[in-house]
Amino acid sequence: MNTQNKEDLQPSPEQIIYANLLVIGVWAGIFILVATYVIYVTGILPAHVDMSLIPKLWGKGVNEYLEMTHSPHGWGWAALLYKGDFLNYLGFAFLALMTIVCYLVLVRGYSRQKDWMYTAIAVLEIVVLSVAASGILGAGGH
Amino acid sequence: MPNIRVRSAGWLIGSLLIFIARCPAAAATANQVTAGAAVHAWWFWPIILFFFCLILGILAVMAGVGGGVLYVPLVSGFFPFHIDFVRGVGLMVALAGALAAGPGLLRRNLANLRLALPVALIASIFSILGAMLGLYLSALNPDIIQTCLGVTIVGIAILLLASKNTEKPVVNKQDAIGLALGLRGAYWDDGARESVEWKTHRTLLGLCMFVLVGMLAGMFGLGAGWANVPVLNLLMGAPLKVSVATSKFLLSITDTSAAWIYMNRGCVIPLIAVPSIVGLMLGSLIGVKILAVAKPKMIRYMVIAVLFFAGLKAIDKGLGLGLLG
Repeated sequence: MNTQNKEDLQPSPEQIIYANLLVIGVWAGIFILVATYVIYVTGILPAHVDMSLIPKLWGKGVNEYLEMTHSPHGWGWAALLYKGDFLNYLGFAFLALMTIVCYLVLVRGYSRQKDWMYTAIAVLEIVVLSVAASGILGAGGH
Repeated sequence: MPNIRVRSAGWLIGSLLIFIARCPAAAATANQVTAGAAVHAWWFWPIILFFFCLILGILAVMAGVGGGVLYVPLVSGFFPFHIDFVRGVGLMVALAGALAAGPGLLRRNLANLRLALPVALIASIFSILGAMLGLYLSALNPDIIQTCLGVTIVGIAILLLASKNTEKPVVNKQDAIGLALGLRGAYWDDGARESVEWKTHRTLLGLCMFVLVGMLAGMFGLGAGWANVPVLNLLMGAPLKVSVATSKFLLSITDTSAAWIYMNRGCVIPLIAVPSIVGLMLGSLIGVKILAVAKPKMIRYMVIAVLFFAGLKAIDKGLGLGLLG
């Protein structure tokens, strides 16, 4: 087995850092999801939308649902974290932000290797994910 | 042992089918469903959903398909939730599953970052556009999305049935784009006790296919493993193991971008989302254990049959035919 082949068999250092970050992030995210859900359903924190009301509304489209429950869209949930239902968004956002954090590691790794094509691809992906996360695109539902 | 295999597989599929048959939402129209949902206490549907997703998670692993592709058609067909919420949660379900699988695949060098990154960039841009288009169409008339979803699901079932993936495709000459991007690698095959070197071809065509894959993933809230694997394996020539692992890893990026669009629009209701995510993840863990003693091929055919039914049901619901209840 030649040296190139041996090198190819090993995951790159960035790949290992990416994997390590992901493992911590995923389990932290799942823990946050479960913990905040328990807080929500046990009523430790009051909910913004009464739980008995939700089954009457979850058959309606999202615009109608938001209007009838006076719920925010975009990052509006961040101002309502003292409400049990919106507290759950911490877990969702945590999971959905993991990829952006992991990509920052890739940008550092590829730029150190002077692999400018992959640095550019990773930077572009961060931009795309950040734009999606920002709520600029299509957050206005009503 | 064969009896145990048949019994365990039959039990799982049977549970799912019995649930579907007895599900109060299955035989009702949209209005009846909404009214029916309100009859039960708020905790009724989340508990049912949790166990449903647990079984779904087991079956998904055993059938070798993603959770999202089963979740969206089945939950939209048999639960009282609007398709907007089902798609939003479907993406979160697929995202959580992909994130959880990612580390192991990256460490074993099965998921390849160099292959995943360019593909992910294209797929995530178009999954955002797909999500926006899907939400726009759904606001116009949810039946349009329901019908298109049904057609897509039937198409996926046919694809799963017909596609004959190749374990180690032969790539004689790498194309210029694949060469420039460095789309090659090697992995250790435990079964064959050998290192397998690979490279891609038809890279431009493959990258173009991810425009369509991204659109469909975003529009319907489906994880897109069913499309990623054939494109990576059959079209671009990556070995099957690398294709499956890279596809799973890809979902963690593609689904992130579309999930943000749905989340920002308010399509993720925590009461539905958390039992779905946790149920499917637990189910996947159990599925991996059962996989050792079950007969995956038979289960795969049964799941394809369930997908056919769910797709036809979605078309029936979207067109308002009422032929399937």
